[in-house]
Amino acid sequence: MPTETNPVTLRTAGLGRSYGARVVVHGLDLEVRRGEVVGLLGPNGAGKTTSMQMITGNLAPSTGSVEVCGIDLLENPVQAKARIGYLPEVPPLYRELSVDEYLTFAARLHRLRAASLARAVQVAKARCGLEDVGRRLIGSLSKGYQQRVGVAQAIVHGPDLLILDEPTAGLDPNQIREIRALIRELRGGHSVILSTHILPEVESVCDRVEILHEGRVVYSDSIDGLQRSRQGSELTVGFQFPPAAEDIAQLLGVTRVEALSAHRFRVVHRPGIDVGAALAEAAARNGWGLNMLAPGHASLEEVFVRLTQGEEEP
Amino acid sequence: MIGVIGLRELRTLFASPLAWVVLAVTQLIIAWVFLGRLDTYLQLQAQLRQIANAPGITEFIAAPVFGTAAIMLLMAVPLLTMRLVAEERRNRTLTLLMSAPVSAAQIILGKYLGIMLFLLLVIALAALMPLTLLAGGRLDAGLLAMNVAGLVLLAAAFAALGLFMSVLTAQPAVAAISGLGAALAFWLMDLAAPDAGGFLSHLSLLRHYESFGKGILDSYDAVSFVLFSAVFLALTIRRLDAERLGG
Repeated sequence: MPTETNPVTLRTAGLGRSYGARVVVHGLDLEVRRGEVVGLLGPNGAGKTTSMQMITGNLAPSTGSVEVCGIDLLENPVQAKARIGYLPEVPPLYRELSVDEYLTFAARLHRLRAASLARAVQVAKARCGLEDVGRRLIGSLSKGYQQRVGVAQAIVHGPDLLILDEPTAGLDPNQIREIRALIRELRGGHSVILSTHILPEVESVCDRVEILHEGRVVYSDSIDGLQRSRQGSELTVGFQFPPAAEDIAQLLGVTRVEALSAHRFRVVHRPGIDVGAALAEAAARNGWGLNMLAPGHASLEEVFVRLTQGEEEP
Repeated sequence: MIGVIGLRELRTLFASPLAWVVLAVTQLIIAWVFLGRLDTYLQLQAQLRQIANAPGITEFIAAPVFGTAAIMLLMAVPLLTMRLVAEERRNRTLTLLMSAPVSAAQIILGKYLGIMLFLLLVIALAALMPLTLLAGGRLDAGLLAMNVAGLVLLAAAFAALGLFMSVLTAQPAVAAISGLGAALAFWLMDLAAPDAGGFLSHLSLLRHYESFGKGILDSYDAVSFVLFSAVFLALTIRRLDAERLGG
C-alpha cells in the first residue's frame, strides 16, 4: 500500500526521557503516516514502552514534542488523546465488569454517545471476535480473550493512531496468529505502532521497522528495503566432495568463505555479482558434487542481533 | 464525563462484596443504637413528661443515631476510598483513564462523585430509621435535616481525605490505614490543644460537626467542611497530574 502521500498521523521530534541522570530515551524522531504499520523493535529495556507512554500522554517527556494529526500532545492533551488508541503491555481491564459494560465505558470515555456508541461497541466486538462473550465478566475470560478485549478497547473510538505495546506477549501460537491477522486488518483506517521483541512478528505485519537500542534508533527502514538490501550477498552451498575453502574464495566476487561443517560453506560475496552460476560451473568442472545451493538473505534477526550487540554495520 | 467515571466507580463498588458488607454492618450498628435509645426513651417517657423543656424524641433518639453514624463513616470511608486510585494503579488499569481524553480533574471528581453517591445511600438508609418514628409521633424536622446535612458534609470531607491517601500509594491497605489515621487525627485535632479557641480546634472536624448535631446551621462550620474537602480534592488532582512527570 503506497503511504508516502498519506497525511502524517504521528510526528515526534527529539523525544527524550530521563530518570534522574539515567537517560532512557534519546531524542526519538518518528514519523508515521496513515495506513502504515511501524514495528518498534528492541531488546527488553531498550525504551520501547517508555516511548509509547510518552506518545500516548501517560508520561511527560523530558525533551522534544509529540504531534498527533497536527495536534500538539503537550499543549492540547485532551484533543490529541482522543485520536489515539492505546493497548499497554498489561491490558487495563476492569475484571469485575462484563465485556459489554467495559467497552461501553471505554467508548463513553471517548465521548461517544447513544446510537454511535452502541454501533462502535458492536463494530469493535465484531472485529475482535468478541460477539459471543459480550455478557461474560472480563475476569473469567482466558488470556487470549482478555487481550482481544484490550485491543477492542483501543479501537472502539476509531482512533487515527493505534499504539500496541507487545500485543502478542504471553499468547499461544494460534492466538498470536489471530492477533496478527487483526492488526493486518486494522491497518486500513489507522496507523499502527506496535512494539515487540519477537522478530517474525515485525516481518509478518509491519511495513517499516525501527530498531531501538539503549534508547536510540539504531536502524530504520522499510521491511521491503531491508529484505532487498540484504538479499543476494550470501549463499549457502553444500558439496559431496568438498574442496578447500580457498578454492571457493578464488571465485570472482567472493569476499569471505566460512565452513559451516565438513560439507557445507557459507559464501559471502559482493552484491550484484552472480556467484551462484560460477560456483555451479566450478563444481561441475572439478567434480565437487554440488548438492545444495541456497541464497541466504540476512533476516531481520541478523540485523537485530548485530545492531543490539554493539557491532558496527559493515 | 465526570458522571461516566462516577457511575463506573459505583458499579465496581457494588460488584465487590465490600460495599454490601459496609452497608450491612453500618445498618446493623445504627439499628442497634436506635433500638437501644428507643427502649430507654420509652422507659423514661413518663419522667421526661414532668420535666420542663425536656429533650424531644428527635433529640433523644436521632442525635445519638447520627453520632454513631458519624463514627461508622469515620471507619468505613477509608475502606471504601482505599481502592479508588491505589487499586487501579496496582492493576494497571489507571492507564485507561490516563490515555483517555479526560483531564486529571475529571478523573478525580468522577471518582469522588462515585463514592459520594454510595455514601449518600449509606446516610439515606441511616436517616430512614429515625424517620420510622413518624409512625407514632412527631419529629423535629429542622433538627433532623441539620443532622443529615452534617453527616453529608462529614462524609464529603472524609471521602476527599481518603481519596487523597489513595492517590499517594499503589497499596490499597496503606491507603486505608493512612486514611483512617488522618481522618481520626482531624476528628480529634483539638484533643491536644491547650486552649479551646486555639488554631488546632479550627481544624477539628468533630468541633465543626457538633453544631450540626445540635441542629444549628453555622455557616462557618459548613464552609469549613466544604473548604476541607476542596483542599484535599485539589491536592489529589495535582498529585495525579504529577504522575506523568514522575516515574
